Amino acid sequence: MPLSAQHVSYTYTSRRGAPSFALRDVGLAIERGSLTGLLGPNGCGKTTLLRLLAGIVQPHAGTVTLDGRALGSLSRRAVARRIAVVPQETHPAFDYTAIEMVLMGRHPHLGSFALEGPQDVDIAHDAMASTGTDHLADRAYMTLSGGEKQRVIIASALAQQPDVLLLDEPTASLDLGYQMEIASLLQRLNRERSVTMVMATHDLNLAASICDTVVLMREGRIQAHGATGDVLDGDAVKRLYGVEADVRFHRDAGHLVVVPVGRAR
Amino acid sequence: MSSPTDVTAPVAPATHQASVRRHAARGARATKARVLATIGGFGVLAILTCLLAPLVGSTHISLLRAFDRTIPFADNVDAQIFFIARLPRVLAGALVGAGLASAGVVFQALLRNPLADPFTLGVSGGASVGAMLAISFGLSLSVGPLSPVPLATLSGAAGAAFLVYRLATTAGRAMSTSVLLLAGVTLNAFFSAVIMLLQYVSSFTEVYRAMRWLMGDLDIGGFTPVIAALPLMAIAFVLIAFLPSALNQLSVGSDAAASRGVDVARVQRIAFVSASLATSGSVSLAGPIGFVGIVVPHLVRLIVGVDHRVVLPASALFGAAFLVGCDLAARTLFSPVEIPLGIVTAMIGGPFFLWLLVRRG
Repeated sequence: MPLSAQHVSYTYTSRRGAPSFALRDVGLAIERGSLTGLLGPNGCGKTTLLRLLAGIVQPHAGTVTLDGRALGSLSRRAVARRIAVVPQETHPAFDYTAIEMVLMGRHPHLGSFALEGPQDVDIAHDAMASTGTDHLADRAYMTLSGGEKQRVIIASALAQQPDVLLLDEPTASLDLGYQMEIASLLQRLNRERSVTMVMATHDLNLAASICDTVVLMREGRIQAHGATGDVLDGDAVKRLYGVEADVRFHRDAGHLVVVPVGRAR
Repeated sequence: MSSPTDVTAPVAPATHQASVRRHAARGARATKARVLATIGGFGVLAILTCLLAPLVGSTHISLLRAFDRTIPFADNVDAQIFFIARLPRVLAGALVGAGLASAGVVFQALLRNPLADPFTLGVSGGASVGAMLAISFGLSLSVGPLSPVPLATLSGAAGAAFLVYRLATTAGRAMSTSVLLLAGVTLNAFFSAVIMLLQYVSSFTEVYRAMRWLMGDLDIGGFTPVIAALPLMAIAFVLIAFLPSALNQLSVGSDAAASRGVDVARVQRIAFVSASLATSGSVSLAGPIGFVGIVVPHLVRLIVGVDHRVVLPASALFGAAFLVGCDLAARTLFSPVEIPLGIVTAMIGGPFFLWLLVRRG
């Protein structure tokens, strides 16, 4: 198990000082090479769990381990050499070029004063090539379309050469075309580069189409964790979102599809 | 990395050549050669400005004669004017210009806001209150080479920075940049009310002195103030030198930076402390000189791109040259009348910045 969480809790403190749990006693083991979908309603703790798995924040109780070693005992750079993160959207404060954005992924592999060498540039171009963005290298990141931006960000995560890629709703702000594009890109990277992926998403059909495993979350707890075909059904959708849905195998698509029918009574 | 004779190189010759071509095609990327060339270029500009600025003034002097070691110093009027009358002022200008410009770059990245400047967080307000108190109440406390007004300025600046820092940090958590911004803006407003109150209750001469201080001035009258500010500025510059890579990451976002291996809380702390030190030192030396901290970084970005490993050293050097140049204009434009430096930087910087905004908007 490359990445796992044991009895992890995380608490946000409200303004009045009352603690509110974001995660309660979460245990999760991510299989090596899997593409795991993290599903659940808004505020169920998906993003918090991803931030904990990435070591961006430390759990208030329990541990997150990478190959058996607690993330907290590793240096930030050592964690970043193994785990990369793709957020929903990325807005740099300055006008970086796409290649500069991708090269920033090399940071954990370089010293504080080092500049990227030719080898780093090759790694960056390789990452851009496999996300189909190499022709955008010298364009200003901010002038790219939403889909291009997200592919550049995925390239920058690949330039980190991680074993594990954590994605937080990577397609949420993209149109259907880009959603399909990112989905097949992720699936390909998962297979070809054997990058373990955990993806939080609201898009049940995206999860059904590319995830081999899904984790269902509700109110800071994990409700179910298993193969997509076993776990994702009408009952699960109803429990998570309070929505009646028709979940069935679509022969042309080759995977489960989820059609919401109405609010559950 | 891999030369043609390097048999262990994992790339095939054809790909290698392709990759060389690819590298050659990239102009904008930070390579060692490009960083060195940029620093060299701006460095030469800064040094030339500092050497040539002392030559211009009410009495024209010759650089060759000023550096002519065969004439005894006591008899060499050019050398005396160069080294005693004008060089301290030029060096102070270079130090303040470099300090404000690099503090501007650091604050802009820390706050993820290209419109931030060294005074956004209330440091200049605190410094001005300190200076006003010293002027209005005729304080005569001095420590070592620090005379009363710079000392009070420094205390005010440091006090304001500390206050803003405490407001924006909770133990063990990353800094809240929005709290930092709001606290800074609020403190600035509060301090300007205090300044007006002090002016209201002060005598006419004191108000005039204070107003003059607020306009900024490099007429420091000798090397002592420069030497007094130097240790502080040196610490600030050393700390800032550790930041460029991390500032690139921070300007993408603090979670992004953390996921790339940056210790965000630590970098934010170093960035805040170093930029506040550089600002405080600058203000204690020359008063609150505006626009350097915002115009210089933006101008530099237009020329060299936005990578902080290039922008930071280039801004420090260009800031030095810019302020020395502005001070030269302040001294000579309407000679023998001298225009306060803060007015010159704002009158050059203001319209330029507006042009920049309109052009980019």
